[in-house]
Amino acid sequence: MGATLTAPSQTVTRPIRTRRAGRLRDTVLGILGLAVVVLVIELLPRVGVVDSRFLPPASEMLATLWDQLGEPSFWTALGDTLRGWAIGLAIAMVAGVAVGIVVGSIPLLRAITASTVEFLRPIPSVALIPLVVLIYGSQPQSALILVVYASFWQVLVQVLYGVADVDPVVRDTAHSYRFSRRAIVRTVIWPTALPYVVTGFRLAAAVALILEITAELIIGVPGLGQRIGVAQSSGAVSLTYALVIVVGLVGITVNLFARVVERRALRWHSSVRREIA
Amino acid sequence: MTVRSLARQAALTLGLPVAMIALWWVVSANSTSIFWPPLSEIVEAFPETWTWDRIVNSVVPSVVRLLTGYTIAVVVGVAAGTAIGLSRNVRAFCEPSMEFFRAIPPPVLVPIIALFTGYTGATAKIVTIALGCLWPVLLNTVEGVRGLDEVQLDTARCYRFRTRSRLIHVVLRGASPQISTGARQALSIGVILMVVSELFGANSGLGADIVQFQRSFAIPQMWTGIIMLGLIGVVLSAIFRIVENRALAWYYGLRRADRGA
Repeated sequence: MGATLTAPSQTVTRPIRTRRAGRLRDTVLGILGLAVVVLVIELLPRVGVVDSRFLPPASEMLATLWDQLGEPSFWTALGDTLRGWAIGLAIAMVAGVAVGIVVGSIPLLRAITASTVEFLRPIPSVALIPLVVLIYGSQPQSALILVVYASFWQVLVQVLYGVADVDPVVRDTAHSYRFSRRAIVRTVIWPTALPYVVTGFRLAAAVALILEITAELIIGVPGLGQRIGVAQSSGAVSLTYALVIVVGLVGITVNLFARVVERRALRWHSSVRREIA
Repeated sequence: MTVRSLARQAALTLGLPVAMIALWWVVSANSTSIFWPPLSEIVEAFPETWTWDRIVNSVVPSVVRLLTGYTIAVVVGVAAGTAIGLSRNVRAFCEPSMEFFRAIPPPVLVPIIALFTGYTGATAKIVTIALGCLWPVLLNTVEGVRGLDEVQLDTARCYRFRTRSRLIHVVLRGASPQISTGARQALSIGVILMVVSELFGANSGLGADIVQFQRSFAIPQMWTGIIMLGLIGVVLSAIFRIVENRALAWYYGLRRADRGA
C-alpha cells in the first residue's frame, strides 16, 4: 500500500527535473558529436590520411563558404533553388490534395485508379530527365516538371490513406444529417485527412529538394546544384564542399520548416498536444 | 459468382491503364512532334532496342550495382542503427550529425565521390548508391530500436536471453516494421541514384543508354528506355512488397487483431 502511494509522487516530481537535465545533456552531447565530425574532417587531410586534393580541411571549407556569402551570384543560385523547390512543391500539394480527396471519397474512382497509382508511383522521376532535357533544355521548367512529378505521388498516396481513414460511423452520420458534399469534405474528411496531408507535405518537401538539386546538377538548371557541378569539374574542391554544406543546411531548414508547419496545422491534434504537454 | 467478381476485379484493375494506353495510342497516332512519337512506333522499337544482348550488357549491370549498394546500405544501416539506438548517450551524440548528413540530397554525393576516384568504375557508383540508401535505413532503425517495448527488453533480460538471441529476437524483430519502412524509402532513393550515377559518368548501363538515345535523337528508343526504367521500378517495388509481407506477416496480423478487423 505504501509503495503504491509513494510511487505516483515519484513519477510526478522526478521526471521533470531529470527530463530537463537529460535534454540539456543530449544537446551538449549532440554539439560534441558535431564538433568531433568537424575535427575529424580537419585532421584527416592535415595528418595526410586523405589527400587534401580530395578532402580539404574543414577550416578551408568553412573559409570558402564565408567568402561565398559575400558573392551576389551565390545568393542568386540559392534563390533559384529555393524558388524552384517552393513552386514545384506548391503545385504538387494543391494537385495531390485535390485529386486525393476527389478520388479517395468516391469508392468506384478509388478502385479504378488503385492499380494505376501503384504503377506510376514507383517510376523513378529521374527517368523523365532525358525527355525534359529534350523539351526544355536547362530552363527551370525542366526542374519544375521533375519536382512536381516526384512530390505529387508522395502527397497523393498520403491523402488517399487519409481519406480511407475516415470513421465510417462519422461519415454515415454526416450523410444521414444530409450534410452537403462540401460540408462533408470540410468537416468530416478534411480533419481526418489533415495529419496525412501534413505527412505528405513533409515527405514531398524533402523529395522536391532532392529532385530540384538533381535537375540542377545533371541538366544544368540554374541553382546551387549547377554550381556544385561547375565547381567540381573545374577542380575547385573546397568550393564544391562548401556548396554541399550549404545544400545540407538548406535540407535541414526544409525539414525544420516542415516540422513547424506540422505543429501549426495540427495544433488541435492529439499527437501534437501530447508532445507539447 | 466468383467468376463475376473476378471479372469485376480484373476490369477495375486493368480498366484505367488500358483506357490510358488506348488514349495515348489514339492521340499520338498521327503525331509529327519529334518529342512525342506515335505509341505504335515506341512499341515497335521496344523489342529491337531491348535485345537479349543489351539487357545482359546494360540492364543487368545497372541492377547488380543497385542491389549491391542497397544491400551494403541495409546491412550497415541496421547494424549501426541498432548500436546507436540501444544507447541513449550514443544516440544523443550522433543525432545532430546524422540529421545533417541525411539532409544532404543524395545526388550531391556524385560530384564529391567523383573528386576522389573520378567517375568511371562500378565502385564509385556502388558507393554512391550505398551512401544514399544508408540514411533512411539507419535513422529508421534507430527510431525502431528506440521505440522498443521496455517490458519486453526487461523480460528478455530476466529470462537471461543471450545477447545474440536478445538482439535477434527482441531488438531486431521489434524494430523490423520501422526498418522495413526505411528500407522501402531507401529502395526508391537507390533507383534514383542508379540512374543519376549513370547520367553523370555516362559510360555503361541503362541510364547511360537512355542518354545516348536522347543525344542521338533516337526518340522512340529513348521512350522505350523510360518505359524500361518504369518497369524495373515497378518490379523492384513488387518484390519488396512480397518480401515485406512475408517477413512482417506477424506484425500485420497483430495490427489487424488490434483493430478488431
